[in-house]
Amino acid sequence: MADEVPNLAESKLTALVVDDNYVNQSMHHKLLDRLGIENDVVCNGQEAVDVHCSGRNYDLILMDMDMPVMNGIQATKRLREMGIESKIAGVTTRAKEEEMQEFMEAGLNDFQEKPLTISKLLSILHKLDFYVHT
Amino acid sequence: MQRQVALIKQSLFDQGYLDEQFVELEELQDDANPNFVEEVATLYFKDSARLISNIEQALERGSFDFNRLDNYMHQFKGSSTSIGASKVKTECTMFREYCRVGNAEGCLRTFKQLKKEHATLRKKLEQYFQLARQAGPKETARRPK
Repeated sequence: MADEVPNLAESKLTALVVDDNYVNQSMHHKLLDRLGIENDVVCNGQEAVDVHCSGRNYDLILMDMDMPVMNGIQATKRLREMGIESKIAGVTTRAKEEEMQEFMEAGLNDFQEKPLTISKLLSILHKLDFYVHT
Repeated sequence: MQRQVALIKQSLFDQGYLDEQFVELEELQDDANPNFVEEVATLYFKDSARLISNIEQALERGSFDFNRLDNYMHQFKGSSTSIGASKVKTECTMFREYCRVGNAEGCLRTFKQLKKEHATLRKKLEQYFQLARQAGPKETARRPK
């Protein structure tokens, strides 16, 4: 698997990891690094909104659902209201259908269940037209 | 020594302490971050120790706030799942189930078992990482048989 990981550095994609869990932050940051995707990490939805208010923009946002201060559903809605058109992929351990639906309706482009792996991340990138399998 | 490291790792999977997710973690390790797995494991044990302490304090109060306990355990389960800590994750799931039905005794019993599994995993992983460091860099991570 390690030999098959594509390097997308040439595409100059950028991503934002939004997650309150330190282990997940570390993992998702590394996953994106591994694919050559420059990325930042914030701890909750409010910080995700704040970083966009400061003028930063990203191609992809990996948005956790359950977070303190502002959760993923609220943050996604807020970002869309602000006119942020980045692709937003929801990532969560909670998988109740009504919660997934609410999250999708907030403005997600894709959804994956945690824990994220390289193949799940590639699936997100492929679905959002960032990456084509060769 | 590499063989010894491999055998210890295999036993962690065979005994159910770790699952496939640990392999995913190892596959993120590279020359730029040769100790990535150990760093994430250290982060996990530091974070989970904090959660254990929070849960202990919440349980000692006597009045069971099942919502709060469930929230703590949700975080704990999330971290445990991400690192592949299979037995710990199972106990987290059980604890949350007891929270859901408001079973205080079940929570206490499961929490005791959870702490035991957590401590065992910590000890075993510490041994594994120590030996792996002594053995030196290894070839690409292999999935356990």
